[in-house]
Amino acid sequence: MVKLSVSKLNDFFNLIASKEKLYIPVDTAEGAAFKPYEEGMKYSSACNTTRSAKDFFFPQVENLVNFKIKDKSIEVIDNRTDTEKFVIFGVRACDVASFDILDKVYLQDPVDSFYKNRRDNGTIITLACDRPQETCFCQSFGIDAANPAGDVSAWIVGDDICFNANNEKGEAVLEIAASLLSCSDESEVEVKKAEIKSILEKLPIKDISLDKISSKDLMENFNSPVWDEIFSPCLGCGTCTFVCPTCQCFDVREFKTNDGIIRFRCWDSCMYSDFTRMAHGNNRNSQKERFRQRFMHKLVYFPNNNDGVYGCVGCGRCLKSCPQSLNIVKVAKALGGKE
Amino acid sequence: MQQAIIAKAKELLANGSVNRVIGWKKGEFSYDITPDVFTTAEAIDADFVYDDFCGANVSKFLMKISKGEGKTLAFLKPCDSYSFAQLLKEHRIDREKVYVVGIPCDGKADINKIRENGIDGVLSIKEDGSNYVIDTLYGEKTIAKADVYAERCVNCKSKKHVDVDEMLGEEGDVIASNRFEMVEKIEAMSSEEKYEFWKNELSRCIRCNACRNVCPACTCENCVFDNPNSDINNKAAANSFEENMYHIIRAFHVAGRCTDCGECSRVCPQNIPIHLLNRKIIKDVNELYGEYQAGADPDERYPLVNFTYGDCEPSVVYERGGDK
Amino acid sequence: MNNNETLIPLLGVVTDIRTETPDVKTFRVNAVGGGKVFEHIPGQCAFLSIPGVGEALFSITSSPTNKEFMEFSIKRCGCVTTWLHEMEVGQMVTIRGPYGNGFPVDTELKGKDLLFIAGGIGLAPVRSVINYVRAHREDYGHIDIVYGSRSKEDLVFYDEIVNEWIGEKDCDVHLTIDREQDNWDGHVGFVPNYVKELGLRNTSTAVLCGPPIMIKFTLAGLKEIGFKDEQVYTTLELRMKCGVGKCGRCNVGDKFVCKDGPVFRFDQLDKMPSEY
Repeated sequence: MVKLSVSKLNDFFNLIASKEKLYIPVDTAEGAAFKPYEEGMKYSSACNTTRSAKDFFFPQVENLVNFKIKDKSIEVIDNRTDTEKFVIFGVRACDVASFDILDKVYLQDPVDSFYKNRRDNGTIITLACDRPQETCFCQSFGIDAANPAGDVSAWIVGDDICFNANNEKGEAVLEIAASLLSCSDESEVEVKKAEIKSILEKLPIKDISLDKISSKDLMENFNSPVWDEIFSPCLGCGTCTFVCPTCQCFDVREFKTNDGIIRFRCWDSCMYSDFTRMAHGNNRNSQKERFRQRFMHKLVYFPNNNDGVYGCVGCGRCLKSCPQSLNIVKVAKALGGKE
Repeated sequence: MQQAIIAKAKELLANGSVNRVIGWKKGEFSYDITPDVFTTAEAIDADFVYDDFCGANVSKFLMKISKGEGKTLAFLKPCDSYSFAQLLKEHRIDREKVYVVGIPCDGKADINKIRENGIDGVLSIKEDGSNYVIDTLYGEKTIAKADVYAERCVNCKSKKHVDVDEMLGEEGDVIASNRFEMVEKIEAMSSEEKYEFWKNELSRCIRCNACRNVCPACTCENCVFDNPNSDINNKAAANSFEENMYHIIRAFHVAGRCTDCGECSRVCPQNIPIHLLNRKIIKDVNELYGEYQAGADPDERYPLVNFTYGDCEPSVVYERGGDK
Repeated sequence: MNNNETLIPLLGVVTDIRTETPDVKTFRVNAVGGGKVFEHIPGQCAFLSIPGVGEALFSITSSPTNKEFMEFSIKRCGCVTTWLHEMEVGQMVTIRGPYGNGFPVDTELKGKDLLFIAGGIGLAPVRSVINYVRAHREDYGHIDIVYGSRSKEDLVFYDEIVNEWIGEKDCDVHLTIDREQDNWDGHVGFVPNYVKELGLRNTSTAVLCGPPIMIKFTLAGLKEIGFKDEQVYTTLELRMKCGVGKCGRCNVGDKFVCKDGPVFRFDQLDKMPSEY
């Protein structure tokens, strides 16, 4: 474990940024957001960014392939290049856990090479949560906000920030800034972890009845009368989906330019009415069915297919963003049944 | 007021004059209130709430819910009632199927403003005169209500209702608000500054469609942005210009019909002041066609669909356009 | 194909177009240099696209035993299919696949008596299995084929049925159309009823494909004559974008139709939400 004075954090950023592209969370008009580091930028101490960190690996829009058409012939142009190496500073425990969930989709055979390329070239420096919020429920998923994963884990302890490399990638990035870092005593970090744990103990959303959902059969959950009772305020917008760190559905679309056709993929939402619409009909015609799909996928289908791992990390973004204040906590509690 | 509303709801349900009630359902915390439908006295006793965090406009929800059998009881705040009246005018709601009880509103609090004031980890919020006393994970905090009212409430245009069957509490008055202040500031900018201002705001859009889906003026069965045959239904923008078009087209489509309820800006997860686009158009309509408030008069034709010889000529865009 | 590049399509060229019915055409697709673009098993699908128009998933109607080309029989009903119907021989298309599990022709179907039931364009995926079985005739028992359409003109692969399938060894072909018409002396009536009237052996393994309403009533009819869910296979069609279980839209229950299907047995479907 190594440390640095928080007052020297910008020197640390400068060194990293001189070697690799660096992103840090900063306060912006949308709330905290990850931005490319520029000299002098101040990192945001907000508990979480408004949008999740999934954008780094699964961006909202990404070009897949280009085509040129001449008469009856088609030319396929694969424009991909390797993503430049980059470092993300300040990822929280929930978001770094979301990458494991995205991995289960995108790195599963057949591997998504677009996603993998970014994963391979990104180094993640996580930061333990100083100020967990009332909307946080990562504990429900076995995530420890005091012990974030990632290539490097960091803790702010008093006037210092302590770093611990968890793997070779992490060691390599700390090596860039080695001149600034001095050895640190782990006991200070242990005190900090205990402090964080004592706050986590006080969080209001601890039990969201997950075991009451998982103990039931898939069809029992699917046919639960709860869906009829709770779906109706849902607007069918994509806010929850787009701020969610684990929502990974996409659409493939095309854009015609004067110089050929660009095929791209972009985020999509199962809450949208056209998500499953085909020429001959739609297999999820009502908002109730679409609403149920999103939550069943996270709470039942995904764990069924992934050794019980839920498709949620408890970051609390949907609790803050849903226009109608409907969210996965309310749904899980209703589906699990009240005490 | 909550007690009076609950009593009224239970009374009308019990005597069979309404089949269901639209109101607000309490959440996990003090502030995450969901507009919802209640059909039994037990459900109302358990979850019905009306307080400073019931900002959500239930008029568009009413459009969907009132299609059910029988009558629906809705409690409308003054600005909700403008949206309701506008929806009636557009034949989106059958007036016979709704019983409207007007309820007063002293302004609604915005949880994001509480957070912006450095109050985080909010566990509970209590009213104490003109302040909120907020219990948080990091100690008790006090803040003046006026400091955390939503922008639309700070610039409230009316405490008076339109088209209600009954009032609970005192009816208020139309207010001379300063709601065009920010529009005037933008108007005073140069073209480049305006462009930069909007580029900065609109570039944050993630096309979640929350503004459109919550908007009581956006009631098309199939929005042009969802229509695969429209050629503009891409879920992502090819460039920032296209993104701007989404908001600009939407603003034009609700021109003359937007009541300025402010829901678009309330729901935006990216904190974009979408309402400013609508307000600019409201201000222009006022200046070019005479003072007009959508939803205020159920019988008045709106200026943009009503030809008069005094209407401005299209050349007005050259006269008023940006830098010459 | 290179699985790592699943979203980057390959190129194919349309070398023959055959009009099957007023709204169904069969397209022969070869690799640009000749031969097949890739191998597949019966019941698998592939994405065809014309860049600028769109991409859509179609079942491969030719049998893998055809070593020269692949065929797709496509009904005109939406944007992409309309464009495909208007194209000419020599047109290039992009193609990626094969996707899905396919029918278990070498395992669960092997050695069994087989009953194929199809309605309208639903014969397209079934044809791949039928021709595979015909090419390995000694591996399977008796074959019954029940096929119905709106009219005689709407029967796809009519020439192949008459010239090849009817004469196949130990194979009974039962054709039906919805309404009486001139120049038709065969059976008239809907497939579900016809299936019940035929006195079929209920020990066969059935492959069922057609419009949802036909599937619903035919399955009920099969059960009346003693079939069990475990004996009946079908293939589903849902909206898909990636074909590899990532884009999320063909998710039904804990299955992805593109990856875990599109071929399911009815006992498997019984355990899934009915969102298909």
